[in-house]
Amino acid sequence: MQIAIASGKGGTGKTSLAVSLFLANRDRSRLLDCDVEEPNCHLFLATRFVSRTSVEKRIPLLNPDLCKHCGKCVEACQFNALAEAGKAGILVFEELCHSCGGCTFVCPTGALHETPLKMGAITRALVAGKAELITGALAIGHTETPSLIRAVKKTRPDPEVAFTLIDAPPGTACAFAAAVEHTDFVLLVAEETPFGLHDLKLAIKALQKMEIPFAVVLNRMRPGFSSVLEFCKEKNYPLWLQIPESRAIAETYARGGTLLDAMPELEESLRLLLDQCAEAILCNPRN
Amino acid sequence: MQPQELVIISGKGGTGKTSIAAAFADYFPNKVLADGDVDAADLFLVLQVTETQIAEFQSGHIAEIDPDKCRQCGKCAALCRFDAIVTSESGYQVDARACEGCKVCVNACPHHAIEWKEAFCGLWKESRTAQGTLFHASLYPGAENSGKLVSFLRDKARKKAMDEGIPLILVDGPPGIGCPVIASITGAARILVVTEPTPSGYHDLERVLALAKHFQIPTHILINKADLETSYLKKMEDCAAKSGATVIGQIPYSPLFSEAQQKGQSILKAFPTSPEAETLRTIATILKQKMDESEAEGQK
Repeated sequence: MQIAIASGKGGTGKTSLAVSLFLANRDRSRLLDCDVEEPNCHLFLATRFVSRTSVEKRIPLLNPDLCKHCGKCVEACQFNALAEAGKAGILVFEELCHSCGGCTFVCPTGALHETPLKMGAITRALVAGKAELITGALAIGHTETPSLIRAVKKTRPDPEVAFTLIDAPPGTACAFAAAVEHTDFVLLVAEETPFGLHDLKLAIKALQKMEIPFAVVLNRMRPGFSSVLEFCKEKNYPLWLQIPESRAIAETYARGGTLLDAMPELEESLRLLLDQCAEAILCNPRN
Repeated sequence: MQPQELVIISGKGGTGKTSIAAAFADYFPNKVLADGDVDAADLFLVLQVTETQIAEFQSGHIAEIDPDKCRQCGKCAALCRFDAIVTSESGYQVDARACEGCKVCVNACPHHAIEWKEAFCGLWKESRTAQGTLFHASLYPGAENSGKLVSFLRDKARKKAMDEGIPLILVDGPPGIGCPVIASITGAARILVVTEPTPSGYHDLERVLALAKHFQIPTHILINKADLETSYLKKMEDCAAKSGATVIGQIPYSPLFSEAQQKGQSILKAFPTSPEAETLRTIATILKQKMDESEAEGQK
């Protein structure tokens, strides 16, 4: 079962929850850090490095001797990654290339062929003996966030591990979609602020469009404020865990501690939370 | 005169970018605003906005197979690198969410059965606020090409500033270091990174500074929630020095930001006499000086 931990707004506590949920269930889950632009899970876990593999994209390389300057490749490229450059033939802007293969496909003289370019890396590490953390990290200056997320999600789990937890990137755009697509369930971490409520609504809309079931975890509950709580109640959205706003939690996090370090009593709730996800997945008529 | 563009980014989300942007929106007298965080656009929640223009944004194209013309040869599916051609009982279809808009299938189809349709990724808006004109957007859920939409909003803001002789453009940027962030900062005069003294804040700061250096944009750092863990200050200063950036100020962990947000205002408007507001005004003044200096430098 794949369960993503996501949020519309950044900084609501996704990573904090993902890491703590993973630790509380380390005997039966693995964790994929799919926030590949800013992967942070490893900072809060004592890990033992296992392996690192590069993730490459393919970019066109020109053989100027064969180029007849017909301009078909430049015309075919939908991403402005190719430009005509007089005698030099064409220029390739590798950051803009989406690796679609369109230019090499249309080139009538075989002047273009594809060559690999590193755009990120996937690191495998172990936590507490055998629980697995897989981290995707995008190389600086690259834009292939969704492709790298999909590559991280293609890593194969040990068949004995029941749950794959996915720490998703913030927002509701294509990177978010790549992280939550094909998952069985999403835990949306919201915070009790106007920005938190607004972005939660956006994330819910995205999940409903993708037909992925979800439940809300409410972080930073402050006395006297209940807009997210009331919203969930009114819409009948499941709200499964509430975490108070607390300077002590923030300080623990600042020192590299997890939610579980700040509130050890949450361990049992976090095991139950995963059970609840599993139950919802098994009861989903689609499955 | 060219307007100067200040872009606020953070690497890590939730460090307080939008709250700081809103405060600067109240501090700087004459500017155009743009919200570059198009898939979680929140700046309008703390400015009283009146929408004066709203339109769909065409982000690119998307392939669509005409089932009457399709002969089921499968060439498109074999060439698509994005697994966007799927098969169903009724034959080949395009999975709209997976389609990258590369046109390879359209060009390759021997039966000209694939149409090339305009795709729209969201709405862009121009709004009037007490703090100046705001260009913002709402991306459709899960949509691609947020980078293009960000570039479009910045172009609109630049044009407005040029037409009306407005000297400053203030951009509230997105989190991360990927496509929308790159679209937010390329060609900008200055970056302000809002960070926080936590392991993730620091880790993400390093990556975002590397990105700023890659694009050679002068960068300053503002440490929010600075008193949570003071040991990061030195590390962040060292990290800044390595990439030619500077730490420009610190703000304490404060509930006033959430309370101002709750009132739909910036902290400068909601709590003008608070020490937090005073600190932010000082930081804004220093930023202004730095920007004026480099402009004077540029005119020499």
